[in-house]
Amino acid sequence: MSTTNSIAQARKLVEQLRVEAGIERIKVSKAAAELMSYCEQHAHSDPLLVGVPTSENPFKDKKPCILL
Amino acid sequence: MGEMEQLRKEAESLKDQISAARKAVHDVTLPEIVSGTAVVGRVQLKTRKTLRGHLAKIYAMHWGTDSKLCVSASQDGKLIVWDSYTTNKVHAIPLKSSWVMTCAYAPSGNMVACGGLDNMCSIYNLKGKDGNVKVMRELAAHTGYLSCCRFLNDSEIITSSGDCTCALWDIETGTQKTIFSGHMGDCMSLAVSHDFNMFISGACDYTAKLWDIREGACRQTFGGHESDINAIGFFPNGNAVLTGSDDGTCKMYDLRADQELITYQDPSIMCGVTSLAPSLSGRLILAGYDDFNCNIWDSLKAERVGVLAGHDNRVSCIGVTPDGMAACTGSWDSFLKIWN
Repeated sequence: MSTTNSIAQARKLVEQLRVEAGIERIKVSKAAAELMSYCEQHAHSDPLLVGVPTSENPFKDKKPCILL
Repeated sequence: MGEMEQLRKEAESLKDQISAARKAVHDVTLPEIVSGTAVVGRVQLKTRKTLRGHLAKIYAMHWGTDSKLCVSASQDGKLIVWDSYTTNKVHAIPLKSSWVMTCAYAPSGNMVACGGLDNMCSIYNLKGKDGNVKVMRELAAHTGYLSCCRFLNDSEIITSSGDCTCALWDIETGTQKTIFSGHMGDCMSLAVSHDFNMFISGACDYTAKLWDIREGACRQTFGGHESDINAIGFFPNGNAVLTGSDDGTCKMYDLRADQELITYQDPSIMCGVTSLAPSLSGRLILAGYDDFNCNIWDSLKAERVGVLAGHDNRVSCIGVTPDGMAACTGSWDSFLKIWN
């Protein structure tokens, strides 16, 4: 019984590997360039990257300034 | 030659084919492509809020789509929905089982889900008629712990389990619509693509898999890690996958080139990665580690550009708000911290 199971499992694995082997791949140069481009395009609107001005920071308590 | 031996040989041959196909498109490395780009400047984030209320280790947290409310799960047996702007607790939901390992907020904001060593995914309706939060469904079928769950919408949720499978559930009927099998080790983490058509899973077999939700099929498998993958996430443009592992490293794999692009590692880091989240542009990767810290990586240059230090125990979970305004870390020290 366990042999039948192992063969079934092995058949499934081969089937899956066939699917994965058959996919289309693009060149790393193209993929990496697009990742870089995406980062560049969105950098200016990335709050953690460019910082958040206090007045626009919903997490910062806006305490009034006390002039002594 | 017996059939088993034949199949083994075929598998080996296909693995070689995949290796060769990946090599064939490997015309350059990511470091070479970004060699002309400067590393981002030092990132110094401050704790803006500390969410206090849990009485034991926090195991998971997830932001709501409004970037204001978030849900956290602790082994004190509670799910807490927080208003992160005010630190108020919107809901404190007592759980049947305190052995919770994951939680999720539905995109609609109408429900939350959690699960853990009870092998179930419990769905809670936050918008019940009488104002009380009640269990809506208990999704039971996994034969191992629930490590992660993510809503697709109010009627469907995806789970990952220690039984080595992931599943798509119909919340209404409480049944599994699709079982995603293929991992050879406990599934530890999952992330859904922005278009809700695909999801990725990380497992204790050291691989990450990309799944087609509607076809129920695994499209791609990514290896390279030398230990369990605990954390996984999509790069914001949806074309790359980020993983964090017990081997102390994070990796970025490109889906269309079907291979690893870069590893985020440092010889001084000798503990596992527990959690990770990219910033809005993808340029920063925040990763939580077993050594109580969170490292911030420049995703393109693979250099550490900041640290979030402030927890007194392991950082177990991390999440960046959908609007990118803040990061939240959850820790075994029972606190959640909001940083920006």
